[in-house]
Amino acid sequence: MSNDGVNTKRRRFLTTTASVVGGAGALATAVPFVTTLTPSAKAKAIGAPVEVDIGDLQPGDRKIVKWRGKPVWILRRSDESVAGLDKLDEVVRDPDSNAGQQPVYARNEYRSQKAEYLIVLGICTHLGCSPLYVKENEGESYQLGDDWQGGFFCPCHGSRFDLAGRVFKGVPAPSNLIVPPHQYLSDTRVLIGDDSGTVRA
Amino acid sequence: MSRIIKFLYWLRDWVGARFPLMQLWNDHLGKYYAPKNFNFWYLFGALALFVLVIQIITGIWLTMNYKPAAELAFASVEYIMRDVEWGWWIRYMHSTGASAFFIIIYLHMYRAMLYGSYKKPRELLWIIGMLIYFTLMGEAFFGYLLPWGQMSYWGAQVIISLFGALPVIGDDLALWIRGDFVVSDVTLNRFFSLHVIALPLALCGLVGAHLIALHEVGSNNPDGIEIKDYTGADGLPLDGIPFHPYYTVKDIVGVVVFLIIFCMVVFFTPEAGGYFLEHNNFIPADPLKTPEHIAPVWYFTPFYAILRAVPNQFAGVVAMGAATVLFCFLPWLDRSPVKSIRYRGWKYKTALALFTISFIALGWLGLQAATPTYTWMARFFALIYFLFFLAMPFYTSSDNDKPVPDRLT
Repeated sequence: MSNDGVNTKRRRFLTTTASVVGGAGALATAVPFVTTLTPSAKAKAIGAPVEVDIGDLQPGDRKIVKWRGKPVWILRRSDESVAGLDKLDEVVRDPDSNAGQQPVYARNEYRSQKAEYLIVLGICTHLGCSPLYVKENEGESYQLGDDWQGGFFCPCHGSRFDLAGRVFKGVPAPSNLIVPPHQYLSDTRVLIGDDSGTVRA
Repeated sequence: MSRIIKFLYWLRDWVGARFPLMQLWNDHLGKYYAPKNFNFWYLFGALALFVLVIQIITGIWLTMNYKPAAELAFASVEYIMRDVEWGWWIRYMHSTGASAFFIIIYLHMYRAMLYGSYKKPRELLWIIGMLIYFTLMGEAFFGYLLPWGQMSYWGAQVIISLFGALPVIGDDLALWIRGDFVVSDVTLNRFFSLHVIALPLALCGLVGAHLIALHEVGSNNPDGIEIKDYTGADGLPLDGIPFHPYYTVKDIVGVVVFLIIFCMVVFFTPEAGGYFLEHNNFIPADPLKTPEHIAPVWYFTPFYAILRAVPNQFAGVVAMGAATVLFCFLPWLDRSPVKSIRYRGWKYKTALALFTISFIALGWLGLQAATPTYTWMARFFALIYFLFFLAMPFYTSSDNDKPVPDRLT
């Protein structure tokens, strides 16, 4: 075919504009396809707070409740466990809870509102497994050493946390366990997922 | 000549006038000249194709009874296993086929490393093959969630969280992949879609591209010598033989041997002692409790061991990704003028032996619990694994390679 008498300049202009407009259209079409994969209104709506009765928890016991599909642990710590926490300040990565893994009211040496109760998301900050609760005298079966004071051990990749959910140094998990928003309704009832009544200091 | 034969010839010519039937046959089988010295390592390409067919057919049948919903999935798999006629057989074919696929693909890739099949002019062939491997990993991962057992659930949780470890975009990306704040019904439903439609389509397309690329450049062989360099008066390679009937028949023998082993597994030990179907996956998914001992299926464990060996979240994910992607760079990392291991010097032979040991050791370690001793072993073998690739330009360019003959031996 001969290109004689063809305005090649105009042809190139038309080809370019058509490509740009068509390409932009194709790109815009990708938006709904990508967006439709984000959480639906239904998925977002499931997140109601959960009320838990902790009156029957004995020291050393743990309760697991489901909030937003995730496990929340409520652990009643004995006085010795609480007292033993500051011994670990040297071996945990973030002893003073500097990273934003907890609401302000849980940013203290116990990582909780009440020293007695630890409330954390039972989801390892490494890759989302749920760590095991390994009591003080059970450390041997997981090779956690003789000085194990009780804490959490993730079976997936070997991350370790103390009884305040603080991550040890030298394990894959980068940060402390997350403390979810919560408030005490009474001495024996706690509401997980809602802290609107809590004084935000 | 009987009427039927006459009719078939007529039909062939009728179609041939309207579709390049004979041309396709000749290009890819009848007049595709392959080196005459293929050994058993060259069966695995055909076997991979065969297993792909098994997976597609059994997959179609499984889809007829499987229900992709969190409430129903586990029970529907048990229904297939117990109540559907021959359902157990279809499912065990599919689950055994998955492991068989990876065994064959790993051997197929290892063949390329033995005989330098990734080297010029087959770099693109190798890269298309790597894309097939990555797609296969995705296909296996999406499929593993479908039975909705404990290992399905927590395996998916861990792998999706890998993307969450990326800086800045990580959390949103993980949320986007799951379509929910946790692995849920939404995730299961979309993984089903990807497993039965998207990735099989991609896989078939890539396999087609792999074959077209292979038949364009021609097959390598255990000597690593190009047969196209010595052609006869008819322009055909002197050391080549037509793929059909010579290698089609040989491949059928391979398929028969494969089927004997495959059926032994399907009928006598479909769980393969927990390696093909993990024990914890016979427990329905429980979002509140991770099994005490969690490990991926064996074909992912070398990379899983590398992930665990790195004591930093982001670096671990990067190391794991690099361990798979580095294969793509082999054509350029390898500086040796020699393709086949037969004519390589001691350096590459040693390096490949160490790599082989490391890969198997990491695969074994990935199945074990993460104790400090095993973690240190994993670090040691991961180091060798990466050195195999990263030091390759140095040890291959200074190796005492042997002279390569002109013609096949």
